[in-house]
Amino acid sequence: MAALLGTGALTEETGQEKQDTQEKDKSVPPERAEEAKLKAKYPNLGQKPGGSDFLMKRLQKGQKYFDSGDYNMAKAKMKNKQLPSAGPDKNLVTGDHIPTPQDLPQRKSSLVTSKLAG
Amino acid sequence: FLAGFGSLMQDVLWCFSQVKGTIDIGVTEADIISTVEFNHTGELLATGDKGGRVVIFQREQESKNQPHRRGEYNVYSTFQSHEPEFDYLKSLEIEEKINKIRWLPQQNAAYFLLSTNDKTVKLWKVSERDKRPEGYNLKDEDGRLRDPSMITMLRVPVLRPMDLMVEATPRRVFANAHTYHINSISVNSDYETYMSADDLRINLWNFEITNQSFNIVDIKPANMEELTEVITAAEFHPHHCNTFVYSSSKGTIRLCDMRTAALCDRHAKFFEEPEDPSNRSFFSEIISSISDVKFSHSGRYIMTRDYLTVKVWDLNMENRPIETYQVHDYLRSKLCSLYENDCIFDKFECAWNGSDSVIMTGSYNNFFRMFDRNTKRDVTLEASRENSKPRAILKPRKVCVGGKRRKDEISVDSLDFSKKILHTAWHPSENIIAVAATNNLYIFQDKVN
Repeated sequence: MAALLGTGALTEETGQEKQDTQEKDKSVPPERAEEAKLKAKYPNLGQKPGGSDFLMKRLQKGQKYFDSGDYNMAKAKMKNKQLPSAGPDKNLVTGDHIPTPQDLPQRKSSLVTSKLAG
Repeated sequence: FLAGFGSLMQDVLWCFSQVKGTIDIGVTEADIISTVEFNHTGELLATGDKGGRVVIFQREQESKNQPHRRGEYNVYSTFQSHEPEFDYLKSLEIEEKINKIRWLPQQNAAYFLLSTNDKTVKLWKVSERDKRPEGYNLKDEDGRLRDPSMITMLRVPVLRPMDLMVEATPRRVFANAHTYHINSISVNSDYETYMSADDLRINLWNFEITNQSFNIVDIKPANMEELTEVITAAEFHPHHCNTFVYSSSKGTIRLCDMRTAALCDRHAKFFEEPEDPSNRSFFSEIISSISDVKFSHSGRYIMTRDYLTVKVWDLNMENRPIETYQVHDYLRSKLCSLYENDCIFDKFECAWNGSDSVIMTGSYNNFFRMFDRNTKRDVTLEASRENSKPRAILKPRKVCVGGKRRKDEISVDSLDFSKKILHTAWHPSENIIAVAATNNLYIFQDKVN
């Protein structure tokens, strides 16, 4: 009589996320299981994943801002300590990363012939 | 002999033909192939890469002496199409990566193609020169100017044969028409116009006019906070010059008729498959985003590719696709990690064969998939240097989903997600396919008997 319904037990433990999955079949669809994993790792993940945030990021691709005040202050500080250097994501816009000329990727075009033509 | 190839489509055995590119331990980013396209006869095959370069291969004439070598593709021309730019006004870095190449149908001895990066479309003319004029009056054979006072008689320059030279020249540059990033270009069947589509707008161009274009679709909301979807791909109907389709990040396709209005914001048809609400999750919208849309050669169907499936739609039926094919459904239980490593945003393309009976698309681990629409059989093949002996038949591959893994199967966890086949192309009439595997281009053909 303990009614060990698979989904029922899950509901109690994981709270609000599972409230609406009281389906008759006991297996959680793989997508939902993955969703639960993601929310467990990133509890602050926005409500509208396909909506504005991720679309805005797509539209802002290539945007690179430069603040001369930040840059000059960083140059002054550089004499004393190491600044965080550009990580693999060179699209970091503001915050801790102050781009320096050394950090910027080479912008010249590749004058080398494609290896497909070799 | 065929007993081991249980899931092969009966008619076609695919064989390795050629591979272009080098075997590098570390791949230079510029060498990553970003687009592949056959021209309308299949004589030429063009590739674009992240470094802004275009390489065109030409199929050699079939020789009676070597019937087994069915026309190999050799380098015909290569040029730098786009260069990196920086828009200082907008603080925007513009990549030189070639997003798409589209050929114009051939109308004279020269070949024309459109190539585009995120912001600028260019029309390139590729032509052969096998004669050159000799005997100029005002300059000598080295090109140095002669002293006019030393010239005592005039002669008529004559054309003499020279070694074949293929030159590519930019004939038109269509710039400054896109605020957002261009994802598609499509040549109209009238051969006079073409369209370019970015995330929010589609423009119609005339090939002769570079300083103007008509905006035919604009889905930018007045308030950007209200943005809910973007345009992901667009294509003109192959025969009806007034009709085109565009797909969205929400998994819908709109068909528009340019005769109804100058601005085609109101669609003529709207294709959307109803969603099963019990399946909805955080990932639903992301994986439903359409990464490619292609009309069939007949013009009766459209094919769309989203993250996990390829769908075929009948233009006459808007409420659901007529066919859905699972490309790699086993990834459904990996969505969390695929989101974390951004693979869930990979944009795969799809292709029809010449008779619209088979469709093809890429996957991970350098696998690509083909679906026969008639027999409903499918096959998974791999583009790899290990299977690259000339005319070696490609062995079907299988991904094992759990439980016991057979000897030649590969488990989902062993798949290499950095080896993605995003771009593939099918010859317009023959069973020849071009598959881009990162920085290598593979060409496969069906077996010659």
